[in-house]
Amino acid sequence: MARSTTSYLVPLGLFLALAALLFYGLSLDPRKVPSPLVGKAAPAFTLESLEEPGKLISSDILKGRVSLVNVWASWCPSCRQEHSELVRIARDSDIQLIGFNWKDERPAALEMLRRFGDPYALSVFDPDNQAGIDWGVYGAPETFVIDAEGIIRHKRIGPIDGKVWTQEILPVIQQYSPKG
Amino acid sequence: MSSNHLIGNALRSAARAAVLASALVCAGAAAYTLQEFTFDSPAQERTFRDLTSKLRCLVCQNESLAGSQADLAQDLRKEVYGMLKEGKDQDEIISFLVDRYGDFVLYQPQIKPSTYLLWFGPFVLIGVGGWLLLRALKAKKGEPEPETNAAESARLHQLLAAAEPPDQAK
Repeated sequence: MARSTTSYLVPLGLFLALAALLFYGLSLDPRKVPSPLVGKAAPAFTLESLEEPGKLISSDILKGRVSLVNVWASWCPSCRQEHSELVRIARDSDIQLIGFNWKDERPAALEMLRRFGDPYALSVFDPDNQAGIDWGVYGAPETFVIDAEGIIRHKRIGPIDGKVWTQEILPVIQQYSPKG
Repeated sequence: MSSNHLIGNALRSAARAAVLASALVCAGAAAYTLQEFTFDSPAQERTFRDLTSKLRCLVCQNESLAGSQADLAQDLRKEVYGMLKEGKDQDEIISFLVDRYGDFVLYQPQIKPSTYLLWFGPFVLIGVGGWLLLRALKAKKGEPEPETNAAESARLHQLLAAAEPPDQAK
C-alpha cells in the first residue's frame, strides 16, 4: 500500500516541479539578456564629447570612483521616461553619472538635455556604435554601474525609476563604495 | 480577329511585367543585407552568410543577424564583415560577439558545463522514462494470473452459457 502511494506521488511531484519551473519562466523577460561583461573591466573607449565636438574623452574617467554609465538616445522614449529620475539622482546623490549618447544625432541629443535638464557630469557621443558594440549595448536605455577600479558591477536594461534605483542600483553602489 | 490578337498581346505583356516585378522584389529581399558588402572570394561570402544566419539579432530576437532589418543588426553585420576582411576566422568572430553580448547571440548554444542540462537533459529524461516504463512492464509480466475460486467459476460458466447464440444451444 505504502509503495503504491509513493509511486503515485513521485510522478505527481515531478509534474508539479516542472509546472513550477515553467510558471517561473513566464515571469522572466526574454528581452533582458544577462551581460557577460558584469564582473569584468569596463571596455576601454575614446569618444568625442557630446557638448564639445573634437574633444576626446577616454574611459579613464571611470577610474577612481563609482560611476553610473547611462546609455541613452533622444529617439528613445524610455530614455525620456527615465530622464527625470536621472536628474533627481544627479541632484540628490554624489554618484558620477556619465552619459553615453548612443546612435544619436548631436543637435537632437543636446536639445533633449537643454529641455529636460542635463544629469550627466560628462557626456560621450557614439553615433556609429563604435564603443557600443564593445559594451554589448543592444538597446537604449541601459545603465552600467562601474566601481572605482573600473569593473562593471551591474547592468540595468530598461529605464530607471525610483523603485529600480532604491532596490536594484543603490545597493550595488553602496556595496562597492569605499567605506568611511 | 484583331481584337482577340490585341487582348492576347496585352495579357502576355501583363504577365511578363508581373514576372519581372516579382523577380525584382525577390532579388531585393535576398540581396539587401549584402548590397553594401563586397567580398574577396565566394568562400568569404559563404562564411559571411553562414555566420550571420547563426547569430541572433538581440533587438528582434526571433530574427538572425542575416535577416533582421534592425539598425543594430546592420551595425553587427558591418562588424562581422570588418572582421572577416581582416582575415579573422569564424571562431574568433563568434567569441568576439559572445564576449560582448553573451551566449544569447548564438542560436545554437555552445556545449559547456553550464549548458549540459540543456543539451543532455532531454536524453536523460527519455532514458529515465524508458527505464521506468520497462520496469513497470516487467513487473506486470511477472505477476501470476489471479486464480478464480469456485463461486467465480460458476458465475463465469453461467455468463458464457447465457452469451451463446440460441441456435447453437442444445
